[in-house]
Amino acid sequence: MKKAEAHIAKYPKGKQASAVMPLLDLAQTQHDGWIPEAAMEEIGRILDMPRIKVFEVATFYTMYNLQPKGEHHLQLCTTTPCWLSGSAEVVKACEKHLGIKMGETTADGLFSMSDVECLGACVNAPVIQHNGDDLYEDLTPKNVIEVLDGLKSGKKPKHGSQTGRTTSMGVKGATCLHELAEKAGVKKC
Amino acid sequence: MPKLTIDGMEVTVEPGTSIIQAAEQLGIEIPRFCYHDKLSVPANCRMCLVEVEKSPKPVASCAMPCADGMNVFTKSAIAQKARNGVMEMLLVNHPLDCPICDQAGECDLQDQAVAYGFDRSRYNEEKRAVKDKELGPLVKTVMTRCIQCTRCVRFGEEIAGVNELGVIGRGEHLEIGTYVEQMATSELSGNLIDVCPVGALTSKPYAFTARPWELRRTESIDVLDAVGSNIRIDARGGEVLRILPRLNEDVNEEWISDKTRFAVDGLKNQRLDMPYVRHHGKLQPATWQLAFDAIAENIKGKKIGAIVGDLADCESIIALKDLMKALGSLNLECRQDAAQFDTSQPAGYLFNTTIAGIEKADAILLVGTNPRTEAALVNARIRKTWLANRIKIGVIGPQMDLNYPVKHLGAGPETLEELLNGKGAFADVLSKAKNPMIILGAGALKRADGMAIQALARKVAEKYNMVRDGWNGFNMLHIAASRVGALALGFVEGTPETWSKVNALYLLGADEIPIDKIDAKAFVIYQGHHGDKAAARADVILPGAAYTEKNATYVNLEGRPQTARQAVFPPLDAREDWKILRALSEVLGKTLSYDTLAQVRERLVKENALFGAIGVVQPAKWTSFGKEGKCDKSPFVLPVNNFYMTDPITRASKTMAECTAAFVMSPKKKAVAHG
Repeated sequence: MKKAEAHIAKYPKGKQASAVMPLLDLAQTQHDGWIPEAAMEEIGRILDMPRIKVFEVATFYTMYNLQPKGEHHLQLCTTTPCWLSGSAEVVKACEKHLGIKMGETTADGLFSMSDVECLGACVNAPVIQHNGDDLYEDLTPKNVIEVLDGLKSGKKPKHGSQTGRTTSMGVKGATCLHELAEKAGVKKC
Repeated sequence: MPKLTIDGMEVTVEPGTSIIQAAEQLGIEIPRFCYHDKLSVPANCRMCLVEVEKSPKPVASCAMPCADGMNVFTKSAIAQKARNGVMEMLLVNHPLDCPICDQAGECDLQDQAVAYGFDRSRYNEEKRAVKDKELGPLVKTVMTRCIQCTRCVRFGEEIAGVNELGVIGRGEHLEIGTYVEQMATSELSGNLIDVCPVGALTSKPYAFTARPWELRRTESIDVLDAVGSNIRIDARGGEVLRILPRLNEDVNEEWISDKTRFAVDGLKNQRLDMPYVRHHGKLQPATWQLAFDAIAENIKGKKIGAIVGDLADCESIIALKDLMKALGSLNLECRQDAAQFDTSQPAGYLFNTTIAGIEKADAILLVGTNPRTEAALVNARIRKTWLANRIKIGVIGPQMDLNYPVKHLGAGPETLEELLNGKGAFADVLSKAKNPMIILGAGALKRADGMAIQALARKVAEKYNMVRDGWNGFNMLHIAASRVGALALGFVEGTPETWSKVNALYLLGADEIPIDKIDAKAFVIYQGHHGDKAAARADVILPGAAYTEKNATYVNLEGRPQTARQAVFPPLDAREDWKILRALSEVLGKTLSYDTLAQVRERLVKENALFGAIGVVQPAKWTSFGKEGKCDKSPFVLPVNNFYMTDPITRASKTMAECTAAFVMSPKKKAVAHG
């Protein structure tokens, strides 16, 4: 409630309904990654807005989950840049390995897969977002299995690039600018 | 005042007028789906695009305010092309199932597709389908036909005051839905059907009944509450099939209550279609002559009284009054609910502020009334005023569920007394208000000390300056359509509760009186259209006409006389009510002096001048009324428990019975927020 009040305080008095999105997010994090009906009703009560309005917001945004998800919620990006870099194969590999289709949850409740649009990490495509937070990048049908097995064993694999590159450095190492800099007479540092 | 040109015609409009409204003033119609006069403007359908000079793109005329020097083209090639595009997109996901759609023939989408649609579809992919929603026994949904104009959502929020509909999902998956499947719990929900421009929301009781071009339309007046909503009666052959609202800004705007709209099937059940006379304790069919003879024989030398029912028209009331006077009766009563109030001064029993006048009020005190069930459209007006100005509303009476926030002040007369002494927080509100109102309901008057409460309310009104030049904030809220007309014609004489004090009783459609209090030996004549409670007690039954079957005058709670018109003929032997009384008077040897409807109406004007100006409210002079006295401490009790069943017509209606079962007997949890 304190956290909720902090969010509400950010908005002018009488405009408390603006806090609906952070509150929904709060509810989701506090409730195993999904928002039950009761939470939406409560948010409506706190913000003095009709619950249907809360429901409208919650259904509009794909990042609010209205159904329980597996312990590991994988959001696989299938937008153009990821797709060009082989996301379709990554999706296939995951589906085969986990035995579920996109949008489903495994019987043991460990994994859920969902289809998402661009996650903004196109430089490191293809990518998967884990539980709405960490990104696994530079995936291939092979290394994604390692990630999945890692998650399954309880040891959380290191997020970021799975091919070992640092952040979004060029795939062939630092290439550009060096030559240009030398040409321009800048000393190597 | 911006001056602009639309299609070469110049027009000057009020600041803030949108282009679509300005065009309407010029008689130019711009197609639209989401825009509705009475609702907010979301500008999401894009059908009303017009070309504006110097604007790089077509603009949505419903949301664009007029500016000085604008040059608008509504029929240019650009506007036409824009609308063609919008129409093509709207039809992408529309099922085009007009042959099996109830809206066909009066569908905005159908009409506008003829004007702007492409002659074939270029969309070869699969259309989407949307699951239908369950909105209760009145509104049928076919959500695949929905074009997401959101009129229904806005109607719910802004007019009906139930936040149950919303826009769910987005993109291709966007649909209109309720909060996890819930019924529409509003007494105005039927208007959703009119508001919907396509066939997504249609009438459930009327489903697959008729096509609009088969119907004969009659403009008339509703009588199922005292508001006098303006309606259109659609009939085919001898059958009334549906009732729709008619625009009257002063009364019902363009809405009607669910009772007004859906009780029509009650006109077909339980009808009295021939005279009956009781022989050896059993009612037997008879001829008019036999029935009249039985009356003539049995009322001789008896003390006769007459009671006017809630649905009676003014023509029959005056005929009954004249007949009773000729028979020397001194017992006339029109208040079936035994409400006690001073009937001598119109100001004391009218809704003086007028319904449209509510919009000027800034504080309202409701006394012993729940306007939501007693006069749904008065309630809609109060909500509209609250929504616009967040006015303060106080309630004296039981706790109730209104669709705007109220302050509950107390349960009975002592709270009113406290207010008169300036005590309580609401006294402050009232004294600071510019245009305060008090609305006195039957709940406060249906008791022995009604007169005293009426006087008390008058004093409260005077103390808080509710009555002055140009403003009269004293109001009485009636429930019966006949009541104000009967009072205006002076159909009150003798002691209250007439029914228990006479040995011959003439009931003009009076079914709400306590039948068991009638003297067991009394001779009872029932004239009416439904075989309800009173007909079962009657010794002679004279079959009359229902409100859709006669040309008649009704006075609404404001004191506004309005004319109802005959849409169909009464069944079999039933006749128009004043004619029955005229015929009976001849048999009784007291022939009434009028033979035609025009002559009856002349007689009405002679009795009370207000009948001379149909459709107009004449302000009543403020005088002293009521009888000051001690008030009982007992709390007020509301008169209407079940909004859906208040009179013989609604009690005979299957649809109203379904509503009662769905909304009254097992009410679902209602939405709480008022936003």
